[in-house]
Amino acid sequence: MVIIAVQRALKMDSRYLLVLGLGLLLRWAVSLHPHSGQRKPPMFGDYEAQRHWMEVTHNLPLADWYRNTTDNDLLYWGLDYPPLTAYHSYLCGAVAARVDPSFVALHASRGLETPEHRLFMRATVLVADLLVFLPAALWFAVALRRSRAVTLTVLAVLVLYPGLLLIDHGHFQYNGVSLGLMVAAAAALLGRRDATGAALFSLALNYKQMELYHALPFFCYLLGTCLRQRTWAASVGKLAKIGAATVLTFGLVWLPFLVDAQRAVEVGARLFPFNRGLFEDKVANFWCSLSVVYKVKQLHSVAAIASMCLSTTALFLLPTNLLLLADPTPHNLLLSLLNSALTFFLFSFQVHEKSILLAALPAAMLFPDYPLSSLWFLLASTLSMLPLLLKDDLLLATVATTVFFTVAVNMATGVLDAGRRAAAPKQRSRLTTTSGGPPADPCSRWAVPALYLSLTGYAVLALTSVTVSPPERYPDLWPVLVSLYSFAHFAGFFLYYHLIQFQFFDEKFKVC
Amino acid sequence: MDSIYEVFILTSCLKLLLIPAYRSTDFEVHRNWLAITHSLPLEQWYTESTSEWTLDYPPLFAWFEYCLSQLAAFFDPRMLEVQNLNYASPATILFQRLTVIASDFVLLVGVKKCADTVPGQGTYLTSPRVRLAALTLGSAGLIMVDHIHFQYNGLLIGLLLISYAHMTQGRFLKSAFFFTVLLNMKHIFLYLAPAYFVFLLRNYCVTIPAGGWLPRPQLANTAKLGLVVLGVFGLSLAPFAALGQLPQLVSRLFPFKRGLCHAYWAPNLWVFYNLADKLAVFGARRLGVSVPGSAAASMTGGLVQDVEHALLPAVRPAATFALSAAAMLPALVTLWRRPADAAAFLRALVQCALCSFLLGWHVHEKAVLLAVVPLAVLALRSGPEARLYLLLSAAAHVSLGPLLFGGREAPARLLLAGLHAGYAAQALPAAAGPPSRAYTGYLAGLAAVAVYDVIGHRALGLDGRWPFLPLLVTSLYCAVGVVCCWLALYWHMLFRVEGGQKIKVR
Repeated sequence: MVIIAVQRALKMDSRYLLVLGLGLLLRWAVSLHPHSGQRKPPMFGDYEAQRHWMEVTHNLPLADWYRNTTDNDLLYWGLDYPPLTAYHSYLCGAVAARVDPSFVALHASRGLETPEHRLFMRATVLVADLLVFLPAALWFAVALRRSRAVTLTVLAVLVLYPGLLLIDHGHFQYNGVSLGLMVAAAAALLGRRDATGAALFSLALNYKQMELYHALPFFCYLLGTCLRQRTWAASVGKLAKIGAATVLTFGLVWLPFLVDAQRAVEVGARLFPFNRGLFEDKVANFWCSLSVVYKVKQLHSVAAIASMCLSTTALFLLPTNLLLLADPTPHNLLLSLLNSALTFFLFSFQVHEKSILLAALPAAMLFPDYPLSSLWFLLASTLSMLPLLLKDDLLLATVATTVFFTVAVNMATGVLDAGRRAAAPKQRSRLTTTSGGPPADPCSRWAVPALYLSLTGYAVLALTSVTVSPPERYPDLWPVLVSLYSFAHFAGFFLYYHLIQFQFFDEKFKVC
Repeated sequence: MDSIYEVFILTSCLKLLLIPAYRSTDFEVHRNWLAITHSLPLEQWYTESTSEWTLDYPPLFAWFEYCLSQLAAFFDPRMLEVQNLNYASPATILFQRLTVIASDFVLLVGVKKCADTVPGQGTYLTSPRVRLAALTLGSAGLIMVDHIHFQYNGLLIGLLLISYAHMTQGRFLKSAFFFTVLLNMKHIFLYLAPAYFVFLLRNYCVTIPAGGWLPRPQLANTAKLGLVVLGVFGLSLAPFAALGQLPQLVSRLFPFKRGLCHAYWAPNLWVFYNLADKLAVFGARRLGVSVPGSAAASMTGGLVQDVEHALLPAVRPAATFALSAAAMLPALVTLWRRPADAAAFLRALVQCALCSFLLGWHVHEKAVLLAVVPLAVLALRSGPEARLYLLLSAAAHVSLGPLLFGGREAPARLLLAGLHAGYAAQALPAAAGPPSRAYTGYLAGLAAVAVYDVIGHRALGLDGRWPFLPLLVTSLYCAVGVVCCWLALYWHMLFRVEGGQKIKVR
């Protein structure tokens, strides 16, 4: 499927390849910079976790992967992602053993950080992006069926988005795989290939359970599409096909673990660890921000907190997903993906700052329709992870990729230049109707300056974080400030994108 | 904001990301020069030899390093200690990398001035200005050599472009001034001096009335020109002449003890000569003829060493000079016969650079950039030259790949060269008719050679045997491309080109 899409794209326009090549080059360049936990024993960081999973899956039998044994100490980076990640690690481990067995030597390879090994690890992420994320981005861009300029722009936004670059190729993770599968699923749905989309999303879900943030929109869209069929027979048939694809995918992935019920339970326990707290590090969501003034963690039990999170999340998920169920268009799907992910991020339990990527990708996919707000959200999402990036010594990479992204997008679309915005025809979403004549552009008057102001705020925060040490009473002052600042942004975007989805804006108030 | 500045920001961001990349010994070379110019008095600059990387650029570059060293003190004063060999603290690396990125601003100025000479419309993103800026500021070769390997070619080529831009507007004195400054920063540009000499002579120092042939000297102009040139040389060399160090300076700047070929075999005509010699040795051994001396040693070792030819006659520096000069003659004659033609001048500059690259003594493969980067200006104006540029730049970038030693930079070598070629293919004007099969075949072969050099040799299991083979193949294949472009440029220059852009002579 992917190869066919690539071939078709190649025949269309070689500039797509140039954009993809540029994305690869930036990924390689970011990978030159430090990774998480570099030279920080005893636990190191996510880089060591991924290496450890290659070691565990390569040396131990499958039954022991998620089980606490003498050879597999779950307290030292035990596997906590679904089986597809484990299979991926197994594959990488097999290659690693061929290259140099010391990379995955049981126990002996802990904390390994030699240049050759680092080259190998960085290469695995690059290959994963080359095989999954980049083709998915291309597929999605082409599936939008817009003009070449729009296709190129969307492709560039997806491929150059700094947040994903920095986390995957700097901090070190494989978000490109799960997010890529999600983007591919969306692309499939855009092309009316519902069963394929369902299968792809199931794969994404089986790679990282965080994709549950996106599960409800996909479910509502598919259900809504089924209910919209002309006859009952068609509806049931479609539902059956989608159901079969999903069940088959899940079954294939979990097959080795379904052999023994105990194994499945062990995986489940690792995937959803409720004994952890409401949040770990400072994160830009509602509960962490609330905790600044009202100490939620201290005043309520874990069970009470869990139910609070569940109820608020469920409450805010309902509007956008019910709308999607009633009106299952691809545009609504993308908006629901964004709104649902943002809801989970803001109100859910055990949220990490990296989870903002799950909201950022749908925003990137919506770039052609809402260029300015999408750009703003993408920048805010990247910069909200500043505390994490600063801890990893990735400040230089952050600045370089963020500035690159902003200038590149602005060069291509003129989204920040008032003069060029007025001159170029506006990209309209299918929800708003056109009303002739050149559009007056209130966005430039307040939105663009607001964006610059917001970026300045982040720059100031970054600068102070690096140069000034926090006062003794508040050692976490800078991360807390960044989180609060980002929460303000995300709350604003939460409201804004909900208003857009519910068509609150008419032609007089132009969406940006 | 002018779109050229946006391209500068984009390329600078990419260069910032490259700060942790591979550094060659050139990094230590420049650190040493920072230390020498900062810590030692003037009289010791060209006599100092604690480090093996002695100062071998002309004085104005030494002054440039001196200015940089004043800023270096704020980053890490320890890098300025002469004894501190191979010192490379994070602050040192950051500082030196930042100086290269910042000095590319001179290249930006040069490109900006030249961009006005390139005609054409286009949207914001595809205007000729942006395309020229992308091909020069974002040149794969400059990124690989300046921002990874470590050098200051962007700064120097920027000065060259500024000089050329002034020439296109008839500001002969300013152009000569900038070129003389350039000469006193890196003397390799002496190879371009003949073109300047001929052009200035023909268009500024003498006039030939239309229809006649007898040149009439313009004494005032000549005097002014002489003043400018001698003035700059004087400023640069006078302190050392006063100290009686001129012979020492000359010996440092022109070290002819080095061999005919740099260790990596720049893709020039001597590659074929060396190969012929090696084959002759091989054949002689087969035939049982005795081969004198130790010339059987591999010449692609990796160190700078004297190359001895076993059977073919040894080549001396004087011979290479004579050959380069002879090769340049047709270009210079053509330049004389096209008065006030700025495009012809640039073509002659490029051709001089190519001739000296192909036939010079101890040529570095980096020297090919002197021809490739300015050619972009011409490539934006005509289809045939665009096609020439594509081939030349592709061959040059692949030949520069081996400079980035080690496996980590392998993706960058392929991606940079590929992206540059891909962008040039779709951004430059198209020539009439599709390219010949040989052309596309050569380009495909280039890609194969690049991949072979990066990974193919090792993948085929030949890593232990014939370790020199990838370099040899790369040099040979790229040399073929460069030679073909050189000949094609001559053909184009001598037989195809009609009148170019006339200078507005004041």
